[in-house]
Amino acid sequence: MKIALFATCIVDAMYPSTGRATVSILERLGHDVVFPAGQACCGQMHLNSGYFPEAVPVVRNHVEAFEAQDYDVAVAPSGSCVASVKHQHAMLARSIGDADLETRATAVGARTYELSALLTDVLGVTDAATQLGSWYPHRITYHPSCHGMRLLRLGDRQADLLRTVEGLELEPLPEADQCCGFGGTFSLKNSDVSSAMLADKNANIAATGAELCTGGDASCLMHIGGGLSRQGSTISTLHFAEILASTRDNPAPAPDALRGPARKTAHTTGKAG
Amino acid sequence: MSPTYLGMPGLPVYGDGNLHASEAFPAAARRELGNAQLRANLGHATHTIRDKRLRVVAELPDWEDLREAGSAIKASVMARLPELLEEFEKNFTARGGIIHWARDADEANGIVRDLIRDAGADEVVKVKSMATQEIGLNEYLEEQGISALETDLAELIVQLDHDKPSHILVPAIHKNRAQIREIFLREMPDVDPDLTDTPARLAEAARLHLRRKFLSAKVAISGANFALADTGTLAVVESEGNGRMCLTLPDTLITVMGVEKLLPSWTDLEVFMQLLPRSSTGERMNPYTSLWTGVTEGDGPQNVHLVLLDNGRSAALADEMGRSALHCIRCSACMNVCPVYERTGGHAYGSTYPGPIGAILSPLLTGITSEENASLPYASSLCGACYDACPVKINIPEILVHLRSEDVESRRGTTKVPGQMDVAMKAASWVMGSGRRMALAEKALPLGKLAAGPDRKIKKLPGMAAGWTQSRDIPAPPAQSFRDWWAKEHHDPGSEEHTELEEKA
Ligand code: SF4
Repeated sequence: MKIALFATCIVDAMYPSTGRATVSILERLGHDVVFPAGQACCGQMHLNSGYFPEAVPVVRNHVEAFEAQDYDVAVAPSGSCVASVKHQHAMLARSIGDADLETRATAVGARTYELSALLTDVLGVTDAATQLGSWYPHRITYHPSCHGMRLLRLGDRQADLLRTVEGLELEPLPEADQCCGFGGTFSLKNSDVSSAMLADKNANIAATGAELCTGGDASCLMHIGGGLSRQGSTISTLHFAEILASTRDNPAPAPDALRGPARKTAHTTGKAG
Repeated sequence: MSPTYLGMPGLPVYGDGNLHASEAFPAAARRELGNAQLRANLGHATHTIRDKRLRVVAELPDWEDLREAGSAIKASVMARLPELLEEFEKNFTARGGIIHWARDADEANGIVRDLIRDAGADEVVKVKSMATQEIGLNEYLEEQGISALETDLAELIVQLDHDKPSHILVPAIHKNRAQIREIFLREMPDVDPDLTDTPARLAEAARLHLRRKFLSAKVAISGANFALADTGTLAVVESEGNGRMCLTLPDTLITVMGVEKLLPSWTDLEVFMQLLPRSSTGERMNPYTSLWTGVTEGDGPQNVHLVLLDNGRSAALADEMGRSALHCIRCSACMNVCPVYERTGGHAYGSTYPGPIGAILSPLLTGITSEENASLPYASSLCGACYDACPVKINIPEILVHLRSEDVESRRGTTKVPGQMDVAMKAASWVMGSGRRMALAEKALPLGKLAAGPDRKIKKLPGMAAGWTQSRDIPAPPAQSFRDWWAKEHHDPGSEEHTELEEKA
């Protein structure tokens, strides 16, 4: 299958190892990954902050970048970005009365998947250890991000995949379905409330006794990890794609290495071109 | 009787009353966040109701169909509101009721005052009602020398404490038992000085206090949960029975109700009587449902009045995207699941309507240009819990985003100097509107390392980002973007062209 990767702006710029992990997983399953170079961002930040006119060029760019490519499905390692592509792009096009863009955005949205949904529903991955060689011998906990949980209805797909990783112990997170308080510009505009939500989330994470917290959205993990780091916590964060991509031969960094100063990068695809 | 007007006014008339915040949400929230007792009380109460609600909702196999039905009935009511109001008026009047139309809070308050004076009363008993709180009726009547006694236990507690409700269903949610005991001892004449804080003793004290009033009051004031157009019937749903005392004992009954509370017929009520109790108190059925249709000679109130309140509802109705906020049946499920409400409490919203529904309803009723209310649509992380909980499926997150865009547009129209956020959004739009520009911007990212300390973490940022670094670090950006890596790894000419393939790690 030919799969177009939407890396999302935050993965592209801040967490490239999550993008590399996604490529690695898909290639290991024998699929052909393409990266539509014109891609930039889903426009969620503009849309959710109410900057609709500013969102238009961003959404248009995404639609153009992805419809120009010949691929079977598109994938992104981010529930919120996929939710934006699936639920907000056509709505924005409709609001500016651009019927053509609406049709095209709907078509792109229809074949865009969040990573765990693609792996589970389309690619038939049921056991990460045997199908992907996933190995990550650590005690972790998992935060299901709001948009994946409520807009995409991902259910237990991410956690179910994590449970099949060899060596991994998954600790249940109390009040897992509570928002971490990120919310994009909410964390800037209502920083105090956001910090209070984060403090409760991180107290719940600490209560699990896990070494690391994983999830499906780089932005939520940046928020959670940023708070843990400020508190001087020993718990680190890592995207679930990087855990699935981790193998005995090419392991993802261990939790203690992740919070250290020099974060090592791992799991390249091994494909030289 | 004030003149009847039907149909939508040409220009939307915005509402007034207790719908305006007096300070912006972030500032009010900061103050409330500092109140540890409030947070503990709220956290405990919302978690309890939340769990109860989930249990009883799970019992109904057709819950999702019920929500769908509730939403569809309300949407059809909004689509033909003028016609339904006429039908209701005809039937209500035919059965001896009298209708008054009020455009805003002032008109409604004036009508109620005149009716009380006509009845020769200077004291009234009240059934818990959001509409009368919205128009500030109690405060207004007090100024006019009429005392209005709240008979709902929680409302009574808040009233005795000279406080404001902080939740639409549990107005005293921010107070615990010990605090309530103190209020009773301080404010209730004739209270047993040995009163303890056990719930039964507190309820008994309130009962004795209220019973005297029920038996002497000549006028009662209520709200209404539903109005049935086909028979001209009003309905009040409650838990304690004090409402029924008010609705049956006094001679004059004045109901104040928002025009959106209408349902086409009795058969529609069935859907809402399943949705409302389960969503609000987590009960299968509420203890008291009172329905009344006009006047019955020799039984119950002989003067039955209804004040139909607009107060910004026409304006909300005119907003195609926001209209569905009027579907709200005031169950409070959205606030019980809202992480922002849970931590800041109802007072932070500055309006009779707090929580997620308040964050959209207050600006819809008053207009987004109302300055402090313009901060309300941002009081949400858009986590979506409210939409999931809402029994009539109001897509609150979508309306929040819609109102944010209205706010941005309205400021664009008025402010000359764009704010930091405006500038940042515009710049980001330019960068993120093209893969090539994004790639170029990413070249500058390693510069971010300059802002990072020796541990490769950014701990302090200026301007609007300062809020973030107040409690969170930001990792230093990586040496190489994903895009660059891909281009190098795959010798992808397409990406090469976009990233110019120069690595500056
Ligand atoms: S918006 Fe929905 S959940 Fe919130 S109070 Fe109204 S009906 Fe209940």
